[in-house]
Amino acid sequence: MDYSQFGSMIPELIVLGIFMVVFLFDTFSGEKGKKILTPMATILFLLGTIAIWIVPASGEEIFGGMYVNNTATNAIKAILNVGVFIVLLQSAKWVQSDEVAIRKGEFYELLLVTLFGMYLMVSARHFLLFIIGLESASLPLAAMVAFNKRHYESHEAAIKYIMTAVFSSAILLTGLSFVYAFSGGSLYFSDIAVNINRGEMSGLLLAALAFVIAGIGFKLSLVPFHLWTADVYEGAPTAVTSYLSVVSKGAAAFAFFIIFVQCFGSVYSDAWEWMMYAVIILTITVGNLFAIRQKNMKRFMAFSSISQAGYIMLGAIAADGLGLASMMFYIFVYVVSNLGAFAVISTIEDNTGKLSMDDYNGLHKTNPKLSFLMTLAMFSLAGIPPFAGFFSKILIFTSVTGTGSWALYMLVLIALINTIISLYYYLLVVKAMWISPDEPKIGNFESGRCQRVSLVLCGAGIIFFGLVPYIYQYCYDAVMNSSDIIASIMVFVFR
Amino acid sequence: MDITLPILILAIPITMFLILGIGGVKMSKKMAGVLGILGLGTTAVLAYIVALTYYFSGDPLFIVDGVRQQYQVFDVTWLAFTQSLVVNIGFLLDPISALMLIVITTISFMVHLYSWGYMEGEQGFQRYYAFLSLFTFSMLGLVVATNIFQMYIFWELVGVSSYLLIGFYYKLPSAVSASKKAFIVTRFADLGFLIGILILSYYTDTFNFVDMTSNPDGVLLSTGGATFMGASVLTWAMVLIFTGGMGKSAMMPLHIWLPDAMEGPTPVSALIHAATMVVAGVYLVARMFPVYCTVDAAMTFICVVGAITAFYAAVVACAQIDIKRILAFSTISQIAFMMVSLGVAYDKPIEGVHYSGLGYMAGMFHLFTHAMFKALLFLGAGALIHAVHSNNYTAMGGLRKYMPITHITFLFGCLAIAGIWPFSGFFSKDEMLAAMFARHWFWGAWMTMVAGLTAFYMFRMYFLVFWWKENPHYKEHKPHDAPWQMSLPLIILAIVSLCAGWIPFGEFVTWNGEPYHIHIELSVAVTSICIAVCAIALAGVMYAKENPLPAKVKSFWPTLWEAAHRRFYWDEIYMFITHKIIFGIICKSIAWFDRHVIDATMDGFAKITQKTSYAIRGMQSGEIQAYVAWYIAGAVVLAAITWLCLI
Repeated sequence: MDYSQFGSMIPELIVLGIFMVVFLFDTFSGEKGKKILTPMATILFLLGTIAIWIVPASGEEIFGGMYVNNTATNAIKAILNVGVFIVLLQSAKWVQSDEVAIRKGEFYELLLVTLFGMYLMVSARHFLLFIIGLESASLPLAAMVAFNKRHYESHEAAIKYIMTAVFSSAILLTGLSFVYAFSGGSLYFSDIAVNINRGEMSGLLLAALAFVIAGIGFKLSLVPFHLWTADVYEGAPTAVTSYLSVVSKGAAAFAFFIIFVQCFGSVYSDAWEWMMYAVIILTITVGNLFAIRQKNMKRFMAFSSISQAGYIMLGAIAADGLGLASMMFYIFVYVVSNLGAFAVISTIEDNTGKLSMDDYNGLHKTNPKLSFLMTLAMFSLAGIPPFAGFFSKILIFTSVTGTGSWALYMLVLIALINTIISLYYYLLVVKAMWISPDEPKIGNFESGRCQRVSLVLCGAGIIFFGLVPYIYQYCYDAVMNSSDIIASIMVFVFR
Repeated sequence: MDITLPILILAIPITMFLILGIGGVKMSKKMAGVLGILGLGTTAVLAYIVALTYYFSGDPLFIVDGVRQQYQVFDVTWLAFTQSLVVNIGFLLDPISALMLIVITTISFMVHLYSWGYMEGEQGFQRYYAFLSLFTFSMLGLVVATNIFQMYIFWELVGVSSYLLIGFYYKLPSAVSASKKAFIVTRFADLGFLIGILILSYYTDTFNFVDMTSNPDGVLLSTGGATFMGASVLTWAMVLIFTGGMGKSAMMPLHIWLPDAMEGPTPVSALIHAATMVVAGVYLVARMFPVYCTVDAAMTFICVVGAITAFYAAVVACAQIDIKRILAFSTISQIAFMMVSLGVAYDKPIEGVHYSGLGYMAGMFHLFTHAMFKALLFLGAGALIHAVHSNNYTAMGGLRKYMPITHITFLFGCLAIAGIWPFSGFFSKDEMLAAMFARHWFWGAWMTMVAGLTAFYMFRMYFLVFWWKENPHYKEHKPHDAPWQMSLPLIILAIVSLCAGWIPFGEFVTWNGEPYHIHIELSVAVTSICIAVCAIALAGVMYAKENPLPAKVKSFWPTLWEAAHRRFYWDEIYMFITHKIIFGIICKSIAWFDRHVIDATMDGFAKITQKTSYAIRGMQSGEIQAYVAWYIAGAVVLAAITWLCLI
């Protein structure tokens, strides 16, 4: 075996390197040394993120085509990294708290391992590698969800998460075994694409498609595979919740696109597109309907993120270069908007312990800056111009309607109606903060330095991502320069 | 020409606006005033340098073989919507834009200086100077526009600054409603303007003035003889564009905002509503003149609108009490004069006679002289109001002894507007009347009559203010001349009003750039002077001393006096149309539809959403067995449905 092939896995190597440094430092340093663990991990990760942004993708397929590192995968990894970096900043105060401080090294290690797993999901071109990535992104997350050891809710959430995760893996693997039966004994995406698209449509493969959708839909919390989401989001530590809600979804959405376009491109495209059609409508609508009724901010964000996942998956249904580019852009904007909201929630939770929406009443009197940022985040999530969320929604809708079929127009129409519903509950938060006449329940406090940096980063992202055309252009170029993705899209489009 | 100066001319006022607008609250009033005056003074000097360079340098860029050229100092792409729809922004120098640079900066500087005295002690002094700078910037941008779209942008900007300044005393309900009225009426007119622009540029594929005016026949050809409702599209476009001008220049029936705009501070009325912004409509027609020449119907339309407006406003001015209102109607009438003058000008021979665009030159000449003497009159009126604290002449009378400087300068202004030799108004009015007579005797006769009315109502006001009988209030509160900041502009403008007529205007501004040698039409001049002198004499007999004659005349035909005083009920007609018909009938039914159909549908959606949300809450039971059951059921059902549908 040619070990030099590992040299192409630059992003993975960077993350592994950081993991090793953190792990060894955590294991062998004394009590005093542990104090610098947080800044060290954060700064190392920042440098790693910058490196991934800067180092060009090799564009090579290695290990006989199991793994590919092209500009698009590199771009989505960089986007995920930005999300993780913001999560690191947000968690800085939480990891110093009495209960967690002694185990904070574990938090970083688990985080980095799951990120490594997501990298593999994104870059995998073979189902075995994909499953390894998926599992290493799922199982450590359960430990992270249970990180507040002494809280009953945290345990319950972790149990629910691990049970559902295992179950979804089982379903996914069942589906893949059907695929394996048809693909002539290969789990390479390219072989599957060639072999299963030859003959007639088979009922078994339709079941396989549904199972694969269900398996990945678990990570994306698509309806009806989403039921774990609210409970887990509520019980998990807020830093983990924000990580779950953006980074893990971003990776899964990208992987979903690659798998379905590359493997099930031609003959089965009708089947899985219709399945996704139904699932997206359900996801957006049910997510919204539940979000309306939530009083707890973390549960509220859970349902909001379910509905947002539906919007992200619109890019998959467009299934072309524009779709992928606007999906990546949507993920990026979603990262800053959602993390902006979580930044406010976790800041308030860390300092006052309040999590209910009623507690936010009259917040602007004591914390005008936090209220302003929360408003920005809510506006961006709802898609109000001129914030980033508006542009990401516009782009993803255009990519869907670009294909020109009436069914997709209907889909966009339903998505638009749902945007109006979502506006209602996002504005509930804004209303509570600015308009509600109640006396504020949350006093004025000084937020931590790292939290402030993350707040400013998210606010700047929300304001500038839409207005600066560079970001979308970056996603678009990344997709267009990835020859293997473009090739499979071409096959798909000219089916 | 170097582009630094032109850019500075625009940059200084807008910078001043930003400095005074943002930092004004922290400045002392004196500081703000000095800054504003210095900024505008610099702008004025630069504008003079640019304009005089254009007229006198003899540079082949500006003048070739004695013919003045249009020169775009710069013209850069600003917004490129598509390949062909490109909006530029630039700086055009030609005879009329150079003329307007001089007029605007002169009057604006005078007003800045004057306001320092007039607005002293007002709240929001800094804000006032900020708005003045904004207005000057917008107006300068309007006149130097290289294309009609840039002009439209600045056209709206002057509308905004006018709105802000009319509503300067925002605590007075009358000022607020006047500012709204001005904005809405002009904005309504601008709708026509915009449609006109779109039609025109749709056919010509350009917004640029030089492209259009250098080849008016090309514009005509580009429409390809397309017609709409019996008129050619070019006629529609030009008439619609003129509608915008009607709004800004207060032509009938869109004149109703100008008299109310007098609610603003008087120096503002002098700057915006007498000298600069209201002539934007005239400027617009002059700018597009070669294109208008190819459209006979549009030219006739301009003549008719102008002639009716001029007469109407002159009659109404005879029956007003408020001196600013009298001046406002006089402004409307004089601008209509310019419009008619442009309307009768033709560059092509009619019935064998070649009129050489005399009317164009005369109209521009009158624009120039009128700006000077009307600003003088308004500033004089401001001094009067400053002294007696009332706008009505009933609170004045016999003021000549108390306010000698104001009296003399005001008299100069009245003589100029009445057209008495050797004041500037005589020369420009004579040229205009000559042009009208040359076109058709009817226009000449009609407008000579208006000129006579002008002399009458101006001197009616003059005598009632400065002669008549002394107001008894003077004993408690003795009126006196204004401070030097206010008197100085009056004196300067009075001198300009006296001398400006001797400028050989035809050498500088003509429709095609070729010099035109002004010669006084003796018959026209003598007739108009005779009529003016008779009118002044009549005014003198009626109003110089207190006597019962005016009351008798009034009671002779009270309905006419009342109608003229109420401006022939135009405001009431507008109120009837907007309130009774539009608000009462049309809006009510729309509101009903909105409330009972659209809102109800939305409420229905909201209710359904809430109900569904309540109904499905059981799905989130918290039991993991149920979650997994949903999960597997979802996957199987998905597969089953697809299987049923596709196989």
